[in-house]
Amino acid sequence: MTQRKRNQHLLWRSGFGPAVHQIQSLDQQDPSALWNTILKDSEKAPVKLEVAENRLQSLFEGIEGEAAMRQFQKENKEAIAEQVRLMRQSSREDLKKLNHLWMNEMVHSPAQLREKVSFFWHGHFACRVMSAFQQQELLHTIRTHALGNFGDLLRGVSKSPAMLAFLNNQQNRKRSPNENFAREVMELFTLGRGHYTETDVKEAARAFTGWSYDSKSGFEFKSYIHDDGVKNFMGRTGRFTGDDIINILLEQKQTARYITEKIYRFFVHEKPDAEKIQPLADDFFKSGYNIKSLFHNLFSADWFYDSKNIGNRIKSPVEYMAGIRRFVPVTLDNPNSSLVFQHALGQVLFLPPNVAGWPGGRSWIDSSSLMVRLQLPRIWASKEDFTLQLKGDDDVEMGRTPEEMQAARKARNFISRAGAADWNWEPVWKNYADTSRERLYEEIAAHLLQTKKAPGKQVVELYVDKSSREHYISSTIIQLMSTPEYQVC
Amino acid sequence: MLIKRRTFLQTGSLATASLLVPKFMKAFEPQQLLVPPGNKTLVVIQFSGGNDGLNTVVPITNDWYYRGRPTLNISAEKAHTLTTDAGLHPALTICKELYDQGELAIMNSVGYPNPDRSHFRSMDIWHSASESNEYFTTGWLGRYLDEQCKNCTTPTQALEVDDVLSLVLKGEQNKGLALRDPKGLYGVSSGRYFKSLHHAHEHEEETVDYLYKTMSETISSAEYIYRQSQMHPSAAQYPSTKTGKSLKTIASLILSDINTRVYYVSLGSFDTHVNQANQQTKLFTELNDALSVFVKDLKQNRRFEDVMIMTFSEFGRRVKQNASNGTDHGTANNMFFISGGLRKKGILNPLPDLQDLIAGDLKHQVDFKTVYATILRKWLNADDRAILGKEYALHDFI
Repeated sequence: MTQRKRNQHLLWRSGFGPAVHQIQSLDQQDPSALWNTILKDSEKAPVKLEVAENRLQSLFEGIEGEAAMRQFQKENKEAIAEQVRLMRQSSREDLKKLNHLWMNEMVHSPAQLREKVSFFWHGHFACRVMSAFQQQELLHTIRTHALGNFGDLLRGVSKSPAMLAFLNNQQNRKRSPNENFAREVMELFTLGRGHYTETDVKEAARAFTGWSYDSKSGFEFKSYIHDDGVKNFMGRTGRFTGDDIINILLEQKQTARYITEKIYRFFVHEKPDAEKIQPLADDFFKSGYNIKSLFHNLFSADWFYDSKNIGNRIKSPVEYMAGIRRFVPVTLDNPNSSLVFQHALGQVLFLPPNVAGWPGGRSWIDSSSLMVRLQLPRIWASKEDFTLQLKGDDDVEMGRTPEEMQAARKARNFISRAGAADWNWEPVWKNYADTSRERLYEEIAAHLLQTKKAPGKQVVELYVDKSSREHYISSTIIQLMSTPEYQVC
Repeated sequence: MLIKRRTFLQTGSLATASLLVPKFMKAFEPQQLLVPPGNKTLVVIQFSGGNDGLNTVVPITNDWYYRGRPTLNISAEKAHTLTTDAGLHPALTICKELYDQGELAIMNSVGYPNPDRSHFRSMDIWHSASESNEYFTTGWLGRYLDEQCKNCTTPTQALEVDDVLSLVLKGEQNKGLALRDPKGLYGVSSGRYFKSLHHAHEHEEETVDYLYKTMSETISSAEYIYRQSQMHPSAAQYPSTKTGKSLKTIASLILSDINTRVYYVSLGSFDTHVNQANQQTKLFTELNDALSVFVKDLKQNRRFEDVMIMTFSEFGRRVKQNASNGTDHGTANNMFFISGGLRKKGILNPLPDLQDLIAGDLKHQVDFKTVYATILRKWLNADDRAILGKEYALHDFI
């Protein structure tokens, strides 16, 4: 296996694939040196992505104490309702903006590891609420702690208004407990199914009563609805609070094991390998849940570069689109284009299918989603002046079958909805300035694909534009991105 | 049996002979000659957004209904009378006809324990046939495909008339096919580039092979569906609405010799928090106009006995109307079953009890999974236990 392939493997798994400016350096570099650079690039705390403001916060500015607050709320019902209405009204658009901003980070940020790991947590701590403000705050919590301490991340997420709202903990009260939040914290966030009892759920739910939020400042503990009685949880007895429950969950080795397995399945191979996972989980637990060192162990392991781990992972729709845009800088005509495709391909940021997140793997692929994927690069490239059609004896237009004409019409429909894009080819062409014409196809394929084999040159070349060197490079890239091989990394 | 019929169609003298019949005579010629009965088909119509069941099957003599809906009620005079106590939304004239002819069955109060009032989550539960605290990544009809299609070459047993495939049609091994119209999918997948790639591909790597396999199945399925849809395109005049076009596509395929057993189509949004009356009437009119032609089409071609149309929504709505002449998210709801092959007809179980509510919402009396089990076993002749992971008591309307 070439050094390049290993480096690209690392870049695809720890980030969103090689960027146009990285391509040339990947032949010689050692993966461990590349990994050190990757780590360093994600050291800085992230800049918050802000699209929505908390209108209530400014409204409540300067009001101190519960009584004063209640009084103010009583006297200003209409003004408050108006601000809530305005927030809700702009939420839809704001969520789109947040989606757009984060996609841009995935494409352009040097902190690829941080964004990729955040993207993993975004699915792990799946949260579907329509408030853009709450989503923005939760995302910031996730990106801040993405590589930090898992306990801090878990606490931050569990106490976020977004998650408390999504998992109905506002309705979890001493007199009428709602178990949803407690159940998901154990089933999805920490232990996994089968490692707790129904009694544990009930008792934890009691402990989480009173975990709430107010519209002014976020998390709020409401002592008057908290059940402060004695609870029996995971074999222990005490007047546990929600924080105690989280601490007890972190004391379980199973939590480290569950999280590590999930990370392994996301970053390495869909099929868990207990021999690899157990030592990672042990270290993770011993380190007190240091996420960065878990990833260090994982990406430094020899087996990470085993050939069975390379080129076998189906890119998620977001990874697929971000990867294209890293390889060739693309400016979308319509920023919503990425959103249209997120919908069509089944992964919309901030809209996970349910609390369990995106199932991933083969669930991304069905007949229609695969065909949309294979069309996507060509749709984005539809304004380009090179041609992707078969060049035979026939005139291009006349040579097409009625079905192909229909497909072209259909693609045009998609373009009108999703928009095409401007591709900035200059830096891409530069990457191949020293490559001989005969070697071009091979090199481009080696840069784009992680599979053992690339589609045959003879086949693809029938469909590329050979009218100039530049057209040849660009159309080959588009055609290779439109293959099943490019769907995996 | 399917293969035999197909062979017959391609080589049979009847097909050739029919070309000789003058065109005006053809219209009167029953196509049953070409497609014999016995191939049971399910058409699911999903009402997205939470349809208000109480204004669909109206409890016309129930005071609690009128009390809860001072301005949003449908009066006994306006509703189509079904029984002394039940009326039908005025826009659903075709359902009234079907009811009178014994071709409509209505199941009331269908739902599930611990109902979820989020559209998305509740739809998830209906699609996956899970309990409300379980999360499945497959749908009940997808798992039907897994059971049914262990060796299917063209995975066209279940089709969704849409751009995007819903969870309901995703199985572990098999997935249904989503298409807006047969020609469109055929066009996209018949591009020469993909065909060339497919022909040149050598099997080697597991995941990529899987993608190539899906691609080649799509190419051949799309071609198969397209050819089938061209074989007996429905001559009936369908309305040019989305539902009209969808049902026309479905009719053309049902009348062909395709192996599809399940069709899936959605209509919405029924999320009528504000000014419900207009929106629900608009949607029901679209449904009614398309469904009328569809049923007539099937009857004329003597296929109505073999087709079961089933409607559902992710939840019903609250008994009391809200302050905006609308209704908010509720729980249990009714389901319609339309077919010429029903064993029991009419209203199958009592109308919902409007005095026995949970926090203002209807209590469910029938678990929707028992309906699925019935459809799977009695209509599609499938192993409901394997698909639903549990044995449910079956209903007797089939």
